[in-house]
Amino acid sequence: MGSCSSHAAVIPDLDNIRRETGFSQASLLRLYHRFRALDRNNKGYLSHTDFQQIGALAVNPLGDRIVDSFFPDGNHQVDFSGFVRVLAHFRPVDEEDPGMRDPKQPEPLNSRMNKLRFAFQLYDLDRDGKISRHEMLQVLRLMVGVQVTEEQLESIADRTVQEADEDGDGAVSFLEFAKSLEKMNVEQKMSIRVLK
Amino acid sequence: MFLLLPFDSLIVSLLGISLTVLFTLLLVFIIVPAIFGVSFGIRKLYMKTLLKIFAWATLRMERGAKEKNHQLYKPYTNGIIAKDPTSLEEEIKEIRRSGSSKALDNTPEFELSDIFYFCRKGMETIMDDEVTKRFSAEELESWNLLSRTNYNFQYISLRLTVLWGLGVLIRYCFLLPLRIALAFTGISLLVVGTTLVGYLPNGRFKEFLSKHVHLMCYRICVRALTAIITYHDRKNRPRNGGICVANHTSPIDVIILASDGYYAMVGQVHGGLMGVIQRAMVKACPHVWFERSEVKDRHLVAKRLTEHVQDKSKLPILIFPEGTCINNTSVMMFKKGSFEIGATVYPVAIKYDPQFGDAFWNSSKYGMVTYLLRMMSSWAIVCSVWYLPPMTREVAALVMFKQRDASAMMQGGWKPSWDGGLKREKVKDTFKEEQQKLYSKMIVGNHEDRSRS
Repeated sequence: MGSCSSHAAVIPDLDNIRRETGFSQASLLRLYHRFRALDRNNKGYLSHTDFQQIGALAVNPLGDRIVDSFFPDGNHQVDFSGFVRVLAHFRPVDEEDPGMRDPKQPEPLNSRMNKLRFAFQLYDLDRDGKISRHEMLQVLRLMVGVQVTEEQLESIADRTVQEADEDGDGAVSFLEFAKSLEKMNVEQKMSIRVLK
Repeated sequence: MFLLLPFDSLIVSLLGISLTVLFTLLLVFIIVPAIFGVSFGIRKLYMKTLLKIFAWATLRMERGAKEKNHQLYKPYTNGIIAKDPTSLEEEIKEIRRSGSSKALDNTPEFELSDIFYFCRKGMETIMDDEVTKRFSAEELESWNLLSRTNYNFQYISLRLTVLWGLGVLIRYCFLLPLRIALAFTGISLLVVGTTLVGYLPNGRFKEFLSKHVHLMCYRICVRALTAIITYHDRKNRPRNGGICVANHTSPIDVIILASDGYYAMVGQVHGGLMGVIQRAMVKACPHVWFERSEVKDRHLVAKRLTEHVQDKSKLPILIFPEGTCINNTSVMMFKKGSFEIGATVYPVAIKYDPQFGDAFWNSSKYGMVTYLLRMMSSWAIVCSVWYLPPMTREVAALVMFKQRDASAMMQGGWKPSWDGGLKREKVKDTFKEEQQKLYSKMIVGNHEDRSRS
């Protein structure tokens, strides 16, 4: 049996995770396998270096930011439930009638608002709830590398903040962010479907 | 009670003698064909019988799982998420289109929504990426009665468990000791044989003997692993003054290739048992062994290899250019160094069939001894070897730098991919730059556009 066997009983805290994330048991099993594959030394948790070993992630301009999103509050380890909780943001939206949802239940992790919040976090490094012009510049710099001059980038950042900023405080709050993207099909563009 | 005593020792000694005779017979039965390079076809028969049993076992498992309404975990080798193969440009345009009500023109600009593309792509690679998938052992469609490869191992039926138990008994109590004995014989014969041959004066006779000693011992080792090898295109086998380049999936690749041809090995000097073997081998014919310090000097390595290759009387070199062991399904990029030597290159592709036993060595998980034990306690190792036609250095380098698996190599198609060194090092920044270049074009345009705005 060794380290290869895993049916659902092996995943710790399975029911809680299922309820929180909304993933099916089969999906969770696949993600658990993935978690174990990434966990090189069988530590039971993932660290920054485990993520950095993923080659295709290292060439993603926003790779570091994405990895950081798995380690909130300055933690240096993420266990399976934390791992899946972040991935749950990308679960395709369930096609149920929103009116049917029980208002007392917390919003599912893969709701439109939560997806937007996740993207917002990638911009908002200091987590102060606003994207300042400086933070916008930083993200832009990550995405273009050395291909664009400083002046051009600054003018792009200024223009973007101006367009989205409604209360004139020179920064983009989450609500302003959400408003400027209200027409966007967030549900589809920020979803990854796990195959059966 | 007293009457039993003489019988006791008689029975014990009879038992001992019969076991020894049985063992020796088996050894002889296996070693003699190895010496002459013939095969009785027993291994093929063994393979066929095993396949029938495995098919039955899988059926039982599926039926049992259905009865109990369990979900069978089906290993999914094609990836766990649905991916759209669209390019960076297309995706970002689509995202912008869906988000803005502005008329779509081609002026380069930045949108807040652009981040979604990178975000999602990043998450996709976290959930499933090409390289890491390749590094985990191949998953099988049907169970081969080895609990180490079974994801659904639970009690399904008495018959199945009995069969599995019988399998364990056969593998560990019969096959394993037999194989260890064979391996021991093979290695000691190699050391003794090559040392003895080394005392002979250089000449045709010495070469002839050396070749046969080498071949014989490798064949015995092959039988020690119960490796069932199919060779394709043997007419393309490497010749003197050439370099044989092969993809490297496991440490036993050497044994598999060397049992079919007479090569000069290239490698680092080790201590211990390996060192003894290396020193003995080099007495019979010139192999190229490097000290640890010399290996770091790429030019020295290239120089020594070139010297060897240019001497036409010396044997073809066997090189495994890849740095680490990768999983079987694809051949990763070869390291540049092997191609700095100007010589004819004979590429060889080795592909293992994991049905009877997985030859993959995950060096971060198992040590060498554990790995060998696992190999020797599997049913068999089945592999195919393709000898590709010889190429010049430039063509071979071109072919080898792209990643493809053995069958694609045969058809001449290949797909570019990551450096096999990815397993242990970080990726170079050039790939990231490409992405950044593409994206910059979208937000600031080319040089011509910039002058207009």
